Amino acid sequence: MPSPAEFAKSTSRANGSELVRFEKVTKRYGDVTVLDELDFSVSTGKHVTLIGPSGSGKTTILRLLMTLVRPDEGTIRVDGDYLTHEERGGRLIKAGEKHVREVRKKIGMVFQQFNLFPNMRVLRNVMEAPVHVLGLPKDEAEQRARELIELVGLTEHLDKYPTQLSGGQQQRVAIARALAMRPQVLLLDEVTSALDPELVQGVLDVLRDIAHSTDITMLVVTHEMSFARDISDAVLMFDKGKIVESGPPDKIFSEPEHQRTRDFLSTVL
Amino acid sequence: MNWDWSVVDEFMPRFWDGVGVTLRALLFGSLIAFALGLVWAMAQRSGHRWVRWPVNAVTEFIRDTPLLVQLFFLYYVLPEWGPSMSALTTGIVGLGLHYSTYTAEVYRAGIGGVPAGQWEAATALSLPRSRTWIAVILPQAIRRVVPALGNYVISMLKDSPMIAVIGALDMFGQAEGYSNETFTAEAYTVVGIAFLVIAYPASLLIRYLERRLALTR
Amino acid sequence: MMTEGMFTNYFLPGIWITIQVTLYSAALGLVVAFAIGRLRASRLWIVRFLAGCYFEIFRGLSALILMFWLVFALPVMFRWQLVPLWAAVLALGLTYGAYGSEVVRGALAAVPAAQREAGIALGFTRFQRLRRIELPQAWPEMLPPFNNLLIELLKGSALVSTVTVADMTFAGNLVRLGSNESAPIYTLLLVLYFVMAFLLTRGMRLLERRAKANVGQGRLRASLAPREEAGEGHGALTAGGAR
Repeated sequence: MPSPAEFAKSTSRANGSELVRFEKVTKRYGDVTVLDELDFSVSTGKHVTLIGPSGSGKTTILRLLMTLVRPDEGTIRVDGDYLTHEERGGRLIKAGEKHVREVRKKIGMVFQQFNLFPNMRVLRNVMEAPVHVLGLPKDEAEQRARELIELVGLTEHLDKYPTQLSGGQQQRVAIARALAMRPQVLLLDEVTSALDPELVQGVLDVLRDIAHSTDITMLVVTHEMSFARDISDAVLMFDKGKIVESGPPDKIFSEPEHQRTRDFLSTVL
Repeated sequence: MNWDWSVVDEFMPRFWDGVGVTLRALLFGSLIAFALGLVWAMAQRSGHRWVRWPVNAVTEFIRDTPLLVQLFFLYYVLPEWGPSMSALTTGIVGLGLHYSTYTAEVYRAGIGGVPAGQWEAATALSLPRSRTWIAVILPQAIRRVVPALGNYVISMLKDSPMIAVIGALDMFGQAEGYSNETFTAEAYTVVGIAFLVIAYPASLLIRYLERRLALTR
Repeated sequence: MMTEGMFTNYFLPGIWITIQVTLYSAALGLVVAFAIGRLRASRLWIVRFLAGCYFEIFRGLSALILMFWLVFALPVMFRWQLVPLWAAVLALGLTYGAYGSEVVRGALAAVPAAQREAGIALGFTRFQRLRRIELPQAWPEMLPPFNNLLIELLKGSALVSTVTVADMTFAGNLVRLGSNESAPIYTLLLVLYFVMAFLLTRGMRLLERRAKANVGQGRLRASLAPREEAGEGHGALTAGGAR
């Protein structure tokens, strides 16, 4: 079995360069402004956790990166390329579907509700996109899928349908499915919130191992504070669409500067 | 394109006669379908197997066989055994009978949608069975079946030209007669458009009813 | 009574024509249903509008009148003559395709939005999402309403007899004219249609069961899935080593 590090090596670049950059990004739903001229960036290989009360805009950031929603103002760059815009003749215009898809290939996402394809068995769930999006030969994609399924400890469930698995197992398949695309950035959207309490730990252990043993960049929204503390290089505290405070996990969790952060942490810790 | 407005003008008087016949067939056909369908639906809930079973079989048979052939049967076979009916009457009976098997399904779903607690409450109050049906179950069931019944009236409208095949002079019968006599074809187009003009607003009305009922439930 | 000659000369070929008309119109209707059903959810309003117009027009038209129009009015108006059999298939296919488009549209709309999002997250194109994710999940949901439409189509196929296509209803009418005996003929006809409808329904049920098995439904329910222990299955990972 290859070590998880080998999986990520081929895709990640040298540490330190900016992989994700938000510039003055505003997102509104009707009258509600969920993100307000947000600026922030994530360097290659870093694990950044977004915390904050619900409705503070954390999940919207992930959905923006996955282009499930479009920003009202501002730009997002991934690995130097504009995500929802294209440069034409020195001006920024709204990007076409093809450009968006090209940039988006660098991003993988694991959803709160797993969103596995119920009509496909586990192996096929993991193989489908590498074969039909990346154009990998079937046997290569299958080998990659088998390795990843082994990585998340589900080899004996290869031929099952998602409905035959527990929530925790489904989520681990979803993690393997996202990794199979060899993304540079992995987005984790409250990946344990839909799980029964006793299943949370298994999923977190898989993620912790990936975080520690690969140099894949992670953007994490979670309520599992000890997990966040364990894997993060930086923590961003959000409130009302703005970053209230940011810093290394030890500082944010142990000696937060802002009252807002203290209040929030006291409710979740 | 070959199109002669004078032919249309000449056809119009007969067209209006046909509209009257179509609407009459639709009205009486619907009444039969509504009433007979309710009878089927209640019989299908009967406690007696020898009521339930034959009713199920008969309605299933009528629903799964073509209305056109049923019309032939009513028009050519029935007179051998009993009194003969005019083409229009046969058509009305045929439409009503055929669609009663569909409305029966609608009623059945509507009755099934009334919570079991309603039956239990009626039993607890020792209401007689007829009273349970009339005062408790049907008033609750009818409300939810109105849009579905309406949709079948529209379907019946679209099937109504079939009664022309046994000789009733509805819109389509008039168009066919006129076209055959004059070797023209404009009348078919006129009648086709007339169907759209009636069916489209009717379906809008049904959709409006569906939304209203969905809101007030 | 119907003679044997009448049966073999008219009825048997008529049965075959009825089957052909039903299958051809079902095939055409299926194509129309998928095309229109998908286009009614298009991103472009003009496409949505045109597909919606098709749906409203053909749903509002009577198949019988459309058939007559294609056979008798079309040649006069545009000097374009269709073989009655194909005109009949066209009328049935276009009409029932409109009904079918509603089935397709509804089933596609019922696929959870999360599935679309997962497809986007994995980089699938619109068409790939439709073909690999949305349609396979929507297909089993379409089959029961498609079965109802197929029975309606079989019944509708009797209409072709009115435009001189020699299906089994046409044969029945011929035999009645020839023998002046109507009861046995029309009874036989009704029974034949009923048997065909029964067989079609059986076939569709089979298809439905297979489709459901193929998408992981109708096997183990989620509640029966094995529970896992906390922490189970991550042992393989620790070999990867801590950083």
